[in-house]
Amino acid sequence: MFHITIKSRIVFIAIVLICPWIFYLIPAVSHYLDILIFAGIYCLITIGLSLLMGYAGQISLGHAAFFGIGAYISGILTTKYGLNPWVCILIALFVSGFIAYCIGVPTLKLHGHYLAMGTLAFGIITFIIFNEEITYTGGPDGMGNIKELQLLGFPIDTNMKYYYLVWLTVVLALLFSVNLIQSRVGRALRAIHTSEVAASSMGVNVAGYKIQIFVFSAILASISGSFYAHYIKFLNPTSFDLFFSIKLLIMIVMGGMRSIWGAIIGAVIIAFLSFEWLGAFHEFETLAYGAILLLVTIFLPDGLVSLPGKFSEQINKYLSKIKA
Amino acid sequence: MDSAFFFTYFLQFVISGITIGSIYAMVAVGFNIIYNVTEIINFAQGEFVMLGGLIMVIFYNKLDLPILIAFLMTVIVVAMIGLLIDQIVIKSIKQPTVLTLIIGTIATSILLKGAAMFIWGKNPYDLPAFSGREAINFFGAVIQPQALWVIGILVVVVGLLSFFFEKSIIGKAMRACSDNQDAALLVGISVKRMILLSFALSAAIGAVAGVIVTPIALMEYDRGAMLAVKGFAALILGGLGSFPGAVIGGLLLGLIEALVAGYISSGYKDAFALAVLLILLFVRPHGILGNPTVAKFKKF
Repeated sequence: MFHITIKSRIVFIAIVLICPWIFYLIPAVSHYLDILIFAGIYCLITIGLSLLMGYAGQISLGHAAFFGIGAYISGILTTKYGLNPWVCILIALFVSGFIAYCIGVPTLKLHGHYLAMGTLAFGIITFIIFNEEITYTGGPDGMGNIKELQLLGFPIDTNMKYYYLVWLTVVLALLFSVNLIQSRVGRALRAIHTSEVAASSMGVNVAGYKIQIFVFSAILASISGSFYAHYIKFLNPTSFDLFFSIKLLIMIVMGGMRSIWGAIIGAVIIAFLSFEWLGAFHEFETLAYGAILLLVTIFLPDGLVSLPGKFSEQINKYLSKIKA
Repeated sequence: MDSAFFFTYFLQFVISGITIGSIYAMVAVGFNIIYNVTEIINFAQGEFVMLGGLIMVIFYNKLDLPILIAFLMTVIVVAMIGLLIDQIVIKSIKQPTVLTLIIGTIATSILLKGAAMFIWGKNPYDLPAFSGREAINFFGAVIQPQALWVIGILVVVVGLLSFFFEKSIIGKAMRACSDNQDAALLVGISVKRMILLSFALSAAIGAVAGVIVTPIALMEYDRGAMLAVKGFAALILGGLGSFPGAVIGGLLLGLIEALVAGYISSGYKDAFALAVLLILLFVRPHGILGNPTVAKFKKF
């Protein structure tokens, strides 16, 4: 599961390239393109988070905040100060990375799961700031008029163009993460997940690796937030609340914590759930997400990616029974 | 501003700080009871408080039961929910690592919040104060009678709990589990039962906090998360695992929050309370009363 073959990478890139045209050609599902853009935006966050959870064994309940910092820095700097959007994405990325470093150093050096509570507190504080700093963020009323991105003078003005921008970034993030997992850093991270004591006695700098991954995941979330701001063009603090952090957690647990594919599958499913399938049942949404997370944790601890393996195992058992 | 005026204001902030701090202290004590026996930080701890307030609304406002019976029934129902969480959620997690247990309790917390939204809707509910709402004058500051109830009940709860953990045989058994589960098992303590009891006890204390705070602060379905994270801040402030620490931490956090709300900004009072948690994690993660050497052996 940890090794990701060249073949599966090529298949993934092919799916990413072909998928929108299928939706584009069938009018009944043409709005799925919009949902897929959101799914891609989520994927950018979950890829980083799954490295943190599945490989470093740490939980973050504050990634909505990094997502929000990316979105608001992009939104505020482009609309109020007229800066180049790509420069803003870079600024946001550095700010998020720096904040993640500041939170990560003390909490990850502690033994255990203080990062969970530290990021939870940080996420709520950021949410309060988004709500209170009305002069910059517009407060609970939100802020609008964010312009679309341009690449080399060409505006990215259609859903199809935006799809490719977001998903090609996802591919880059994925390839980078896959290389990371299959390098020395990845082996160190897996060692940390299995046993911190054993890893550190083998000379692995446990805290150092965890901090690097946490900062990396925050940077991805920030880029994702900037893309979100330029796509949706209107920001409201409720998109960056604690429940969104928990939704990200659900995506990863549902897809499978121990595989990077799980992060992508989870993000796509939750995007479809929240924009398409659960939209009509707004009253049930919280209840449904709670139930999903609980059921997956209890019955499918390795997530949806473990299903094909389990299925073939069952078939093999059945076949061997017949032979006997 | 003349000094008498200043003093009255200060006193008023201190009183409201201690009142709300008592609630945080009770949440922190609830965290501690489960943590000490199981080393689980129960992220659904705040939901017990929310459920306590809202279930009391059913028993007292809707069914018109006498206040004492309604109170007892509420505590029993919430304690049963605590039992169910241990039986259904905690026991069925197959690979009980700290990570999966955190995820399990987070799932429980969302599930309870979603169910509460479904049952009670999104509006806040009020309960009548236990002995009216006529304010008492105290050196120029005013005290709600309910605030005295809150502080009094905190004292009673802490008193009963320390008696339970110091003197009773079951309390001693629970403490033994927190020291060393294997050793406790060897001397014939049923660790499973102690874990079950810890969930019920901690849910019951959360319910008590919910019932007594609702007449002051109202109660609605989504209050659990904030109460949990503030209770946790109080817990870290006092030192994870310590009961006196939990109470002192809760009161201190309430005071900080009330003074920030009074003198700096009411919009940022929650942010300050949580900033206290972050700063503590940075400079003194074992808390004011905690011991750094002991803290090293903890799993969370």
